[in-house]
Amino acid sequence: MLGLDTVGRYVELMKRTFSKPDNWKMFWRQLPKEMEKLGIDSIGIIVLISIFMGAIMTMQTVLNTENPLLPRYSTGLVLRDTMLLEFASSIMSLLLAGKVGSNIASEIGSMRITEQIDALEIMGVNSANYLILPKVIGLVLCMPLLVTFSVFCGLIGGTGVAYFTDLIPVADFIYGIQYAFIPYYFTYSIIKSLFFGFIIASISAFYGYYAYGGALNVGRASTNAVVNSSIVILLMNIVLTQLLLV
Amino acid sequence: MIEVKHLNKSFDGKQVLYDISATFRHGAVNQIIGKSGSGKTVLMKSIIGLFKAESGEVLYDGRNLLDMSKREIKLLRREVGMLFQGSALFDSMSVIENVMYPLQMFSDMSKIDVEKRAKFCLERVNLQTHAYHLMPGEISGGMQKRVAIARAISLNPKYLFCDEPNSGLDPVTSLVIDKLIEDITQEFNITTIINTHDMNSIMETGANIILINKGHKGWEGSKEGIFTDDNQALNDFVFASELYKKVKLANQK
Ligand SMILES: Nc1ncnc2c1ncn2[C@@H]1O[C@H](COP(=O)(O)OP(=O)(O)O)[C@@H](O)[C@H]1O
Ligand SMILES: [Mg+2]
Repeated sequence: MLGLDTVGRYVELMKRTFSKPDNWKMFWRQLPKEMEKLGIDSIGIIVLISIFMGAIMTMQTVLNTENPLLPRYSTGLVLRDTMLLEFASSIMSLLLAGKVGSNIASEIGSMRITEQIDALEIMGVNSANYLILPKVIGLVLCMPLLVTFSVFCGLIGGTGVAYFTDLIPVADFIYGIQYAFIPYYFTYSIIKSLFFGFIIASISAFYGYYAYGGALNVGRASTNAVVNSSIVILLMNIVLTQLLLV
Repeated sequence: MIEVKHLNKSFDGKQVLYDISATFRHGAVNQIIGKSGSGKTVLMKSIIGLFKAESGEVLYDGRNLLDMSKREIKLLRREVGMLFQGSALFDSMSVIENVMYPLQMFSDMSKIDVEKRAKFCLERVNLQTHAYHLMPGEISGGMQKRVAIARAISLNPKYLFCDEPNSGLDPVTSLVIDKLIEDITQEFNITTIINTHDMNSIMETGANIILINKGHKGWEGSKEGIFTDDNQALNDFVFASELYKKVKLANQK
């Protein structure tokens, strides 16, 4: 799957990607387009999933912790820290690997098999730099925004449960959300998300860029992109947690 | 003029091109012909440097591609235009944006001049003006080929490569595209190389032809010799179709 030779080709591609653009004007024109396509267009699904996950996690926490010794505000606290520490960065990134990763791989892959990448190279354009750099930078720049949205929407979902059901009083829940807040957790989440954004965009672009053959192979490249960027995110999550929290 | 000398190319140990030598003339349409899978595209892409040949020389007016640095190759590319088999238009850009793209990327022309030049190229290939702002997916295959030609000539190339310019086109449109390529070649004094296995095309434009047979150069000549030269590889290629067998028999009578 991830052989040494694959890693070598990936590094090679990244070297070509992170070089000076042939034309900065074109780069600055591409960047906002990619940010819109990869980042802004993902807000909807992230909002939706975060609200529902926040709601369901709140319900589960209340229903499964009936120990009277635990203070009632602990539900809010648990939700906040779960959202901050893992959900908004790692789980959201796995979701994005599916949505954005397959989009990037199939877009670049179909440009490869229809010779559009060759056409760029013939013109003397560094195709890796022109196609991949705006995607990687665009997604990385959008990640903090997406993480923030996810955290807030999760908390809104939880608050909704407190408000509309009688599982937990709203005041207790809100108190819990604010209790013993560690701002560094937010920083930690943002830092992780930057790495994950890079992983998703670059690995997916890699599989698209080296697609060959017909339309079927574009589908295969897209699947490889999602699976492999997810695996790397999971591994990287452990490494980053070790480095940043322990 | 482009000269190829003793070119060899293989993929993962599987040799595709064997010791190819050929001369492609300036201001003329040169053809590489042969059956599907014979190695025409690989030869063309090795001449351009999209594939790296293991040994041999590719001389662009004396400058050897295989000795060039990456930077020199990039600069050479600005003198090269290519028409791909499937047109390879950028499908995220409109027709006119496709033609403007190389100009925006590599010239210091003002926005107005870029648009002027793009329109000039599109007019030159006789594309109807109503199509300028359509997307590539919205126009016919023949029109896509025209746009691809316009894009290929936008930077005034010295060398033009066309990989199967007729594939996917009806015979009438094919002839129109062939004629267009020939006219542009003469008008702008370009060294043009075309890959084809289309007999109509060969009989129409073939002034300087090389035949590739299973990765070897099987024959070279011009359309005048196509039916008469006594060459096994050539005869296999030309008389594969019943029609041309009949032509041959008729000629012999
Ligand atoms: N990128 C590649 N990797 C490996 N083999 C290739 C590649 N491109 C072409 N080939 C092989 O080279 C041979 C010639 O192909 P090609 O030049 O495309 O033929 P055609 O004359 O139809 O254009 C074929 O056997 C093909 O499988
Ligand atoms: Mg071919």
